[in-house]
Amino acid sequence: MLEAVPTTEAYLMLSGTLFAIGLVGVIIRRNMITVLMAIELMMNAVNINLVAFSHRFASLEGQIFTIFIITVAAGEAAVGLAIIIQLYRLKSTINVDEARELNG
Amino acid sequence: MSPALVVFLVIGTIAVASSILVVAMRNPVHSALFLLLTFLCVAILFVMKGAEFVGAVQVLVYAGGIMVLFLFVVMLINVRHLPDERVLSNFWKGGLLVGLAVFLLFFTMVRPGVFHDPVASDQALRTTYTYRHRKVHQPDGTVVRKLIRRGKVVGNSEAVGMALYTDYLVPFEVASLFLLVAMIGAIVIGKRELSAIEEENIPAYMLERSETEHEVKEAMSA
Repeated sequence: MLEAVPTTEAYLMLSGTLFAIGLVGVIIRRNMITVLMAIELMMNAVNINLVAFSHRFASLEGQIFTIFIITVAAGEAAVGLAIIIQLYRLKSTINVDEARELNG
Repeated sequence: MSPALVVFLVIGTIAVASSILVVAMRNPVHSALFLLLTFLCVAILFVMKGAEFVGAVQVLVYAGGIMVLFLFVVMLINVRHLPDERVLSNFWKGGLLVGLAVFLLFFTMVRPGVFHDPVASDQALRTTYTYRHRKVHQPDGTVVRKLIRRGKVVGNSEAVGMALYTDYLVPFEVASLFLLVAMIGAIVIGKRELSAIEEENIPAYMLERSETEHEVKEAMSA
């Protein structure tokens, strides 16, 4: 087993970087599939945080939460992709900017 | 530099670079493949922090399941990508600004030494606890029942499993219900409804069979 030299702060920095990249992807991309991928990226960043703090405080709760978050991410991806398929059937595009029927 | 730090730096650099490429790639298939690389790097980081079971789940669920789902949808949709088509949204400058602001926020919050890392030991992450009552004879003759907690060092998977099936049993069952609801929801939303024209054009062989069955029944009853 490797000794845990990378500190909690190093993990938090990495997770913050991944979260910021995912956030940028959610905002700037027009392809809806890529937006969903960026959301998965943000969830993964949060999971890194939880696992790092689970190690830091020597408690299993962080890992349990991570498993539940992975479960939720799986369900979210399935439903989100179904919505994307239906949107493509309706409008023949998966461009985020095109879906603006609810734009009052 | 210790080996663990070198591994962390290399894996972290690959994770950050491939996640940037996820956002930057034009073709969604390329994005999905770089997302796979990011997930695998994150799984290695999990294992380095003593979370072997979560790392395995990450590889199985994310890299195995969700990635296949994404690739299937990309193949189903098959959008033509014109070379001169715009990839970025209208407000991409604002998006970059928000991302930079969030990054700087994290950067200023997490300074080295904020959390005072103790001597790291992941023994607590691989320990299960059993509780039982024990009768204790007091000096004055009475008997008191005391709750004794005993820790046992096992593997990380066993410890997570024990926690999931004891302390977190109700959330665990709710998660199974959630997955069922998500599955039904995805099927209902993704299902294609036949239009009126399509219903008129149901292939003849589908109708033939029911007609012959009808005739057979009539012949039987006659």
